[in-house]
Amino acid sequence: MPPPLVHLSGWGRYPRRPTRVSAPRDIGALASALQGGEPVIARGLGRAYGDSAIAAHTLSMRHFDRMISFDPATGQLVAEAGVSLGAVIDAFLPRGWFPSVTPGTKFVTLGGAIAADVHGKNHHGEGSFAAFTDWFDLMGADGSVSRCSRDENADLFWRTLGGMGLTGIVLRAAIRLRRVETGWIRQRMIPAAGLDAALDAFDAHMDATYSVAWIDCLASGPALGRSLVMLGEHATLADLPPARRARPFLTPRHRGLTFPVDLPGFALNPYSVRAFNALYYAMGRRKAGAGLVDWDSYFYPLDAIGQWNRLYGRRGFMQFQCALPLDQGRPGLRALLGAIAASGAASFLAVLKRFGPQDSPVSFPMPGYTLALDFPVNTRSLGLMPHLDRLTADHGGRFYLAKDSRMSADTLSRTDPRMGDFAAWRRSRGLSAHFVSAQSERLGL
Amino acid sequence: MSSANTTLAPVLIIGARSDMARACALRFAQAGHPLMLAARGGADQGAQGDTGALVRDAADIATRHGVTVTCHAVDATDIDAIPAFLDSLPSLPGIALCAVGYMGDQPDSQRDPQAAARVLRANFEGPALLLGALAERFAARGHGTLIGISSVAGERGRASNYVYGAAKAGFTAFLSGLRNRFNGTEIRVITVLPGFVATRMTEGLDLPARLTAQPQEVAEAVFRAATRGRDVVWVRPVWRVIMAIIRALPEPVFKRTRL
Ligand SMILES: Cc1cc2nc3c(=O)[nH]c(=O)nc-3n(C[C@H](O)[C@H](O)[C@H](O)COP(=O)(O)OP(=O)(O)OC[C@H]3O[C@@H](n4cnc5c(N)ncnc54)[C@H](O)[C@@H]3O)c2cc1C
Ligand SMILES: NC(=O)c1ccc[n+]([C@@H]2O[C@H](COP(=O)([O-])OP(=O)(O)OC[C@H]3O[C@@H](n4cnc5c(N)ncnc54)[C@H](OP(=O)(O)O)[C@@H]3O)[C@@H](O)[C@H]2O)c1
Repeated sequence: MPPPLVHLSGWGRYPRRPTRVSAPRDIGALASALQGGEPVIARGLGRAYGDSAIAAHTLSMRHFDRMISFDPATGQLVAEAGVSLGAVIDAFLPRGWFPSVTPGTKFVTLGGAIAADVHGKNHHGEGSFAAFTDWFDLMGADGSVSRCSRDENADLFWRTLGGMGLTGIVLRAAIRLRRVETGWIRQRMIPAAGLDAALDAFDAHMDATYSVAWIDCLASGPALGRSLVMLGEHATLADLPPARRARPFLTPRHRGLTFPVDLPGFALNPYSVRAFNALYYAMGRRKAGAGLVDWDSYFYPLDAIGQWNRLYGRRGFMQFQCALPLDQGRPGLRALLGAIAASGAASFLAVLKRFGPQDSPVSFPMPGYTLALDFPVNTRSLGLMPHLDRLTADHGGRFYLAKDSRMSADTLSRTDPRMGDFAAWRRSRGLSAHFVSAQSERLGL
Repeated sequence: MSSANTTLAPVLIIGARSDMARACALRFAQAGHPLMLAARGGADQGAQGDTGALVRDAADIATRHGVTVTCHAVDATDIDAIPAFLDSLPSLPGIALCAVGYMGDQPDSQRDPQAAARVLRANFEGPALLLGALAERFAARGHGTLIGISSVAGERGRASNYVYGAAKAGFTAFLSGLRNRFNGTEIRVITVLPGFVATRMTEGLDLPARLTAQPQEVAEAVFRAATRGRDVVWVRPVWRVIMAIIRALPEPVFKRTRL
């Protein structure tokens, strides 16, 4: 009996697309699902914002959630693709290990982290998820499995990292964890009065393990780009107050608060966001300096509120995330922030980050800067986005497919010439008939 | 903390491939208990020649929690094989949990006595006699904890699944009798009465979300009962209320319901 037709979306709850979802329990069932004739795509925890993990037949990887082995000599963890970073932390932080690269939510799977080649607050110094991925096993359309690494099937390895599930299904992967002495982060906050100050702060702190800036998107004029730059280091035992040293991995458990209802769309209007922003900035100024923060609050502040995506109401929300090359960063960001401030469209979350070196055939990061913004789905935001697309294109930038839900195929090919090669490579391998997401159809991949 | 603590009692999980059993196994392992996983086929390979499901689970638990996990074959309905199965274990466990169960198909069970017998054996005869045999060995040793996963379906027979319900009622009564017998000793008996749980057994059914627990919730409740000493575990408290009402309905009223 085929699974029922449902409507599914990504984390942004926009767009919703019809699909049949099945959740195979083992390799055999997965292989037969691939032979069903319908195009498929793998789905992890659905934290990509748009339509990347939806196909005619969507294959949930939730039953591939077993860990396989761990080598404490190298920190290498082998685990199935449906294992989440949260599960990795639960199992390994008490033994002194932490994911080497993590996005802003721990509710992502290894498969999703590989497919998007995710980046964290340490990209400027340590690179993306790829840098800590030793190998993975990939199932092709015929159900056969290939080991992919830098030495074996290297082509497939590099195109799967960032390939958004369009090269096959990651079954299991070997990733390297990092050693940590405690579950705490030494955080330093630097208030920056404007964009130049923020970018200077990034440059001055390239040796910080983690850095990210939160931007007040409504500030304009000389305050344009007003932000809080946040630096972080894994705290050592010596950094902890003596009372905490006996149990260095014990941190406060965050209560699982769940956002219960859809807020009506008007709750997040420019005024409420403006108030929020001013308050946050004032708070940052007061707290400026170093402090100890537990890993969960530091890396995953939003995870404490389950289903916070309902904050934006039923119509959902979109992310805009672009990368700009180093030499165009300042003028590009100035143009983007200027356009956003002028439009008055409220962006609840605006994050700026410095990217380090990266040279991959499909991954998103490039040396330079990345800016990420949330917008509620409404006519004003939908009107603003193409304008932001153009400004990004004018400054040599490109877009993050894990966040995209509405870009045009034309914008993609204009901003990311690599994608034309990727699409041609997919056709030559016969992949474009089998692995097809709503996003890949929209973007002509 | 998940560092292996060899002084903790080994836990035997019977029917270990069940989603609920796996969640319970992970919970005990998280606390540092070594595990013995028992299921039909034991450590056999999977259908595709890949790693068998039980071995896959054992590696998962050992990797996550650094405890020793062994795999064993058992068919709960093969009652002649019970002593040999218990002899084959590396040691007599301190805690034994039985999650074996089989819903069957009610119309089949009405038509075909063999089908009905399979349901009765898998939910009552097999689990009761397995835990009964363990009880004797625990009694000889002087201590042990038995945990049986029964069901709210055993609280009152309903048209839609009374063969399964009757078997679970039998199992619940058996556990209650054991508990009564061992009162005042170091042998403890815990009855788990889940309502709806999202597992392979209920996959594809349209269950009401508020009444449906995740396997991890069952595991947490079972672990708490095992460490704090509870006799009967209702996984979501609302089920206790629902079943109290259903049990209280006078038969002339109840027989007209369609639940
Ligand atoms: C609050 C929040 C913060 C975020 N912060 C960041 C951040 O800081 N940095 C960053 O890089 N990203 C960030 N993201 C995006 C997120 O990390 C990515 O979208 C990630 O891919 C989600 O993983 P998932 O398991 O939910 O995958 P899904 O969303 O289910 O799928 C995403 C893509 O991965 C593919 N995929 C999933 N599993 C497999 C598999 N087994 N084999 C092959 N392909 C597979 C899917 O086909 C799809 O194309 C954030 C998202 C949220 C919601
Ligand atoms: N899911 C619910 O809503 C619900 C509600 C109340 C009670 N329960 C009870 O909870 C327990 C766990 O069930 P579940 O929901 O996790 O479903 P499940 O995955 O179907 O688990 C049932 C397990 O019983 C095993 N089994 C069946 N017959 C067996 C036999 N003769 N010998 C050995 N093992 C046998 C099966 O083993 P195989 O892997 O070999 O098939 C399976 O692993 C069951 O007792 C069930 O009746 C479930």
